Amino acid sequence: MHPAIDHFARDPHWTWFILFYFFFAGIAGGSYLIATLLRLRGDKGDEPVARLGYYVTFIVLLCCPPLLIIDLGQPLRFWHMMWRLTPNEPGLNFKYWSPMSLGVWGLSLFSTFAAISFFEVLVRDDKLRLPIAKRAVALLDGGLGRVVNILGSIFGLFIAGYTGVLLSVSNQPIWSDTWTLGGLFLASGLSSATAVLTILSRYRRGAGVTHEYLHLSESYFTVLEVVMLVLFVVSLRGTGALERTFTMPWLILWAVAIASLIPGITGLFPTRARVAVSGHGSMDVTVHSGGAATAATMAFVLIGVICLRAAIILPVHAW
Amino acid sequence: MEITPGRSYGFFTDTSVCIGCKACEVACKTWNELPGPEPTFGDGYDNTGELGAQNWRHVQFHDNVKDDTLEAGMGTAWLMMSDVCKHCKNASCMEVCPTGALMRTEFDTVYVQPDVCNGCRNCTSACPYHVIQMDETNKVAQKCTLCYDRLQGSLEPACAKTCPTDSINFGPVDELREMAKQRVETLHSQGVTQAYLYGADDSIYGGLNAFFLLMDKPEVYKLPNQESSVLPSRNDAGGYLGSFGAAVAGIFAAVMALRLRRPREPEPATAAEPPAPTTTDEGGK
Ligand code: SF4
Repeated sequence: MHPAIDHFARDPHWTWFILFYFFFAGIAGGSYLIATLLRLRGDKGDEPVARLGYYVTFIVLLCCPPLLIIDLGQPLRFWHMMWRLTPNEPGLNFKYWSPMSLGVWGLSLFSTFAAISFFEVLVRDDKLRLPIAKRAVALLDGGLGRVVNILGSIFGLFIAGYTGVLLSVSNQPIWSDTWTLGGLFLASGLSSATAVLTILSRYRRGAGVTHEYLHLSESYFTVLEVVMLVLFVVSLRGTGALERTFTMPWLILWAVAIASLIPGITGLFPTRARVAVSGHGSMDVTVHSGGAATAATMAFVLIGVICLRAAIILPVHAW
Repeated sequence: MEITPGRSYGFFTDTSVCIGCKACEVACKTWNELPGPEPTFGDGYDNTGELGAQNWRHVQFHDNVKDDTLEAGMGTAWLMMSDVCKHCKNASCMEVCPTGALMRTEFDTVYVQPDVCNGCRNCTSACPYHVIQMDETNKVAQKCTLCYDRLQGSLEPACAKTCPTDSINFGPVDELREMAKQRVETLHSQGVTQAYLYGADDSIYGGLNAFFLLMDKPEVYKLPNQESSVLPSRNDAGGYLGSFGAAVAGIFAAVMALRLRRPREPEPATAAEPPAPTTTDEGGK
């Protein structure tokens, strides 16, 4: 963005906890969006995977606050992010220009929607049988349910993407030299969410019919990720950042991250897609037969997503 | 010394007279009860290494001594500079701080409230001067307070008080700027034409309350130049727009995947129905 910029910032020691928070944030946000789109499409056959998406969102999201809190120097003061304690200035801390401040609120709101949807699918799946819960969920049957899902998806997309903006809104090399990190993390978050849903849908009855959709969207999200990666490289030309990240040992991370894009790209070719789901009515059977290989491939995609984040987060740090 | 709340105070550090004695470092650590990290003994005179949670003043040494016979060095064979938090007018650290622990005091200085900071280290990622750092003992961000406690008692900061050559000057910023301008004029009239002021006007981060007289380019002292004096928030718009673009593309991709997947054999019951009901009790039982 600013090729001439030369800063002398110290690295913030945001390492493993933050890396995994970014990873989980991408899965949670992406799963919620996919679940919602499946519902909005209105095909009842997709409902099992939609529900799976809401389960994944909530459970993955549960890991996020602990990761963020443990990473603080003073974990018990995490709430200082929300409430201002400066003498004579009590009030909420809300600085829209600081992604960390915005993120605290985004994460809180997204968690609320994720919790509502989790509760809803628990009841609909008959895992929670309290009459009062059923009555509460009945409220979500019509338009209100859609509104909740759509709003939740917006916050989910925010959570998947703001993590990249958080890195960029700094004076660190690489991070602050590009505008692409938010989009890149969002794209890889969508791809990781699809991968998780593909793996877990093996264990969900009736999910097989949505498999082809998951495969196809995995491929499209991978294409988006490739586009963002190209933009990432282009935006960093002349800043010195490329030399800093595309070097050993980070090149190993890049190699894994890029290799993990191959299954998504090759999935674009129709022969492969047809092999994955052949025959009508027998879809479940077909998917199960190739399920283990698919799961292994998707696990590799997830490792690649972690490596991508590591290749961006770690090089600014002094090791 | 009369120190009045509501006025802007700062440092004028004149590197042309710094002799590298590090009395400022000692005075700072003594007053602020900072044990400091272990000193390192390497090739040069610098045993402190860098500014940080425990080093609130750091004397930099830049060895420009030529290998061949020296001519008149004009004070530049060795460059020494007592570095410190700049108490920037537009402070990157304050801009990103999510708790509001970083605040501007009644003396117009940048101060970390130690009981408010929760150690998120966002300020560290932002400060372009390598100043602020989370302390390993207190687990909160620490840096020069411009001796906030001393100012409240009308005492000048410890480093300025102790500096034997008056390289570190403390006072109201407007008076310091005046003093600095005269000093540059004097040096120029003596033929030391490389001397100039860094941060004395608003060209660097809106003006630095702790500004410098330098003898070489800012980069030599690990200071960003004017073009690089940009705040973290410059990347908000681009970052969010990029994310927004990717989000729109992502939704588009997901919707295309929904449309393009092979149509399933329609079950007679669902085919007749409008595609409205999205929340039912069927499926996944
Ligand atoms: S020099 Fe760094 S720590 Fe000091 S006010 Fe400026 S940004 Fe903050």
